[in-house]
Order: sequence, then structure tokens, then C-alpha cells
Amino acid sequence: MAEIVLETKDLGISFGGLKAVQNVNLKIEKNQLYGLIGPNGAGKTTVFNMLTGVYKPTTGTFYLCGEELKGKSQEAINHKGIARTFQNIRLFNNMSVIRNVLVGLHNQPEFKCSPVTSMLKLPKHYDTEVRMRERAKEILKIFDLYEERNNLACNLPYGKQRKLEIARALATNPKLLLLDEPAAGMNPNETEELMKTVRFIRDEFDITVLLIEHDLKFVSGLCDEVTVLNFGTALYQGKVNDALNDPEVVKAYIGG
Amino acid sequence: MTTFIDGLSLGSIYALIALGYTMVYGIAKMLNFAHGDVIMVGAYAIFSTLAVTGHPLVGVLVAVVICTVLGVVMEKLAYKPLRGASPLAVLITAIGVSYLLQSIAQLIYGSKSRAITLGNFESIKIGSVSISSATIITLAVGAVIMVTLTLFVKYTKVGRAMIAVSEDRGAAALMGINVNFIITITFAIGCCLAAAAGLFYLLQIPSVTPTLGSMPGIKAFTAAVIGGIGSIPGAMLGGILLGVIEKICLSIPVLAPYTTAIEFSLLIVILLVKPIGLLGKKRREKV
Repeated sequence: MAEIVLETKDLGISFGGLKAVQNVNLKIEKNQLYGLIGPNGAGKTTVFNMLTGVYKPTTGTFYLCGEELKGKSQEAINHKGIARTFQNIRLFNNMSVIRNVLVGLHNQPEFKCSPVTSMLKLPKHYDTEVRMRERAKEILKIFDLYEERNNLACNLPYGKQRKLEIARALATNPKLLLLDEPAAGMNPNETEELMKTVRFIRDEFDITVLLIEHDLKFVSGLCDEVTVLNFGTALYQGKVNDALNDPEVVKAYIGG
Repeated sequence: MTTFIDGLSLGSIYALIALGYTMVYGIAKMLNFAHGDVIMVGAYAIFSTLAVTGHPLVGVLVAVVICTVLGVVMEKLAYKPLRGASPLAVLITAIGVSYLLQSIAQLIYGSKSRAITLGNFESIKIGSVSISSATIITLAVGAVIMVTLTLFVKYTKVGRAMIAVSEDRGAAALMGINVNFIITITFAIGCCLAAAAGLFYLLQIPSVTPTLGSMPGIKAFTAAVIGGIGSIPGAMLGGILLGVIEKICLSIPVLAPYTTAIEFSLLIVILLVKPIGLLGKKRREKV
């Protein structure tokens, strides 16, 4: 039995009287590519927001590699090893591409350097900066963004902005990467390439990926297991191929 | 020429205060209207230590420490609990903090203005131009502080994190940046600059009153808005521009009585022509 990276127990949240998400139980094994799908408004992004500390779950809890993270702050959860991208791209638009990744590297213990050291431009500052930049460049090369590293993030084409978001999230050295609709707005070629990239980073960075996606082809091509959410509850959990034949799932998607 | 240099020197005082406004606005997305009163606290700190120790330099050090601590405490007690509250609530709290500081100063020192001597500053003659050495000190130290700050924001990791937080606080937190720590640091730096401004203010007008911070505070806020609030070079430019204009107006007898009116009219004109300020960046507000 492989190691369980993410486990949620009866995870749920209410906003006032509205139960947005209820009783979500996920069990994701190490190096799995796991899909979270469902119609609009099903609560998929809400689940992500709970897993990253943006929302505090009102019921249930979740564990990363056995450690309970419920109630921790956003940055603490990130330090523990959950990183994410956003459905609406949220890059630091007026910063260069490489600086976006450098912000992601900010809290890596190997790059500790006090402000005083930096101000005085002591050798350690240069050393840290050089090592950070090297690391950032490596990450950018993986995503084919190296040539654009000095451009402003907002000037990148859409597809590359999506890639940069993944790069920035990976820079925080996560165990679990949450991708919120990574293929949204991409053409079939870009989607195809993105699938390769996701598999590659899974192997290269030895991480686990949980992704939200509307593109069912993308999900069935990439994930082996999925959870289908509808109206905040899990409608189906299991193999992706069976999901598409499940009458309940079809009903939720197409109506019936 | 003397007027121009005096203007630069006054301008660097405004710029130092404006930097505090603009950094706090850029990063914490709030206007700290108590910022001007931090100058007053700094001035009284110098006044008190001078009375006890008799040494101006000790006074300056104490003022910097007190103002920095004040900034951190102010943020922790007054503003942190309001994170995520409506901007209006934060604004009113800031005005409240401003009155609180003024009233505390009044309780301790009384409302009369008190004179303070920081030593004799002789005029230095360069060619035909005579400049007070206080002006030169203000200019030089002001320039050093501004360069240091620019380097800090540009080249340190904390500086980079500050920019990231000002761009998108939520995304920065999710990338593992401790937003509260960054905001605290910003307040500390802003108030530390205000302490320096307090010193330079005393070099120009050597007396302390509990309300001495209001006018420079408002002028500096104007400067920050003229330069484009949230922009660090903008605050420097706005401050210096305002200082030079003020001194030039004061030196022309016809204009002198209208100096303040002219300064604020400049603000109105700039807001009409370029609402984001001279160096402000356009921001898309997320819906």
C-alpha cells in the first residue's frame, strides 16, 4: 500500500445556511494524479480553498502525510507542502517572470538570508541570490519560460502565464500540488503539451497532483482516479473510465 | 539658488513621510492617518532625551527606536484586528489613533509649544550661495535613507516579498509568504522614516507641540498622492516637488500667503489630469 499524501475526513463548509461542501472524503496516494471534477458551482474550488487555508472548514478535517493541517494559516500550509494555482490567473503581474518564481522560493530554508546581510551586500547575499536564481532558472527551463525570464509576467501569452503559475507553485517545494483548471482556455495542442508537463513534473519533483478540470478528455487522459462533486457532495469516487459511464454522473453533467 | 536647495531639503522631509504613507498603502492597502503623529512622537522623544542626556544624537537614536516600536504596536493593536474589515472602518480607526497620540502627548507635555535647541547650525558659503548646515544635513541624510530604502526593496528577499504582497496579498500568502510579518515590517520601516522626518522637522522649526505632525502629515500625504500612492519613487518625487514649490512660493512675496492653497491646488490639478498620480501604476480591480 502506497503512502497516503492527502486524506480528508468529512470535509465540509457552510456559508451562513448554505452548505457549500459536505462530507468530502479523499484519499490520495503518493505520486498519484487525481482529478476533482463536477459541474459549475459544485464546490471544487471551495475544496481547494479549504485545503490551502483560505477558508476554514466548518466540519471535518484533512491530513497531509498524516499531519493534521486544518485551521493552519495559508503560509503555514504552504510551508507544510501544499501549493496551488488559481482558476483566474493570479501572477504578480508587474514583476518579471523570474521574480515571480523567486517569490515562490522565498521560504525555502536553503535560501535563508537576513535583510541586513543583503543590504550590506555581504558575500552571503550574492551566494544566496545566485543559488536562488540558478534554481529559478532550472524551474523556468522545465516550463520553457527561460527565454522570457526578464519580461513582465503580465506580458506573457495566456498559455505561458498558466505555466508560470505552475512554476511558481513548484518553487515552494510542495508535496502536493493543486491545479485549478490548468487547461482552461488552452487549445488542444497546448492541452496535449500540458498533460506531458504534468506527468513530467510528477516524476521530476516526486510530487502528488490533485487537479480540477472541466475538460474531461484532459482528465481521462491524465488521471486514473477521480471524485465527481455535485452540489457540494461527492457523487462518485473511483476509476475515471467508470465515472463517465455512471448514470448519476451523466445525469449531473448533462441533466436528466 | 538658496531657495531651491532649501526646497530640496524641505522636500526630502516630505518625501520621508510620504514614503511611510505610500509603503503602508501599497502593502497593507490602508491609509494610516496617524502617520503624521508618529513624527510628533519622534519629535517629543528627541525633546525628552535631549532634556535628560543633553545629547542630540542619543535623542535621535531613542526617537528612531520609539517610533519603530510604536509602528509595530500600532499595527498589532489597532489595525491587525481589522484585517479584512471595510476600508472605512480602518480609516476611522487610523483617525482615532491619530487623536489618541495627540491627546497622550498633550497629557504628558501640555498643549503649549516648547522650544528645543539641537545645537548651532552655521551657514556655509559656497560661492555666492549661503546654505544652512542643517539644510545640508537634511539633504544628505535624506538622500542616504532614500537610496538605502530603494536598495532594500529592490535587492533583498524581504523587499521582493513586500512587492509580491502589494501585488496580490492572497497569492503571496499561498506561496508561503508570511503576510502579517511583511505588514509589520512595513509599518516599522515607515515609522522609522517618520522619526527621521521628525528630527529634520525640528532642525527647521525648533519647537514641539502635540499637533506638529498634522500639517507635515497632510502635506506628505498630498505628496504621496501626487507621486502616485503605492509607488516608492513616486513618493520621493512628489515630496521633493512639493517642498521646492513651497519654498519658491514662500520666497515670492505676492504668492507667499497663498503657499498652502497653491500646493493643494496642484494636487487637484494632478488628480484631474492624471488621477493615478505622476508615477502611479494602473491597476485592474478584480471583480
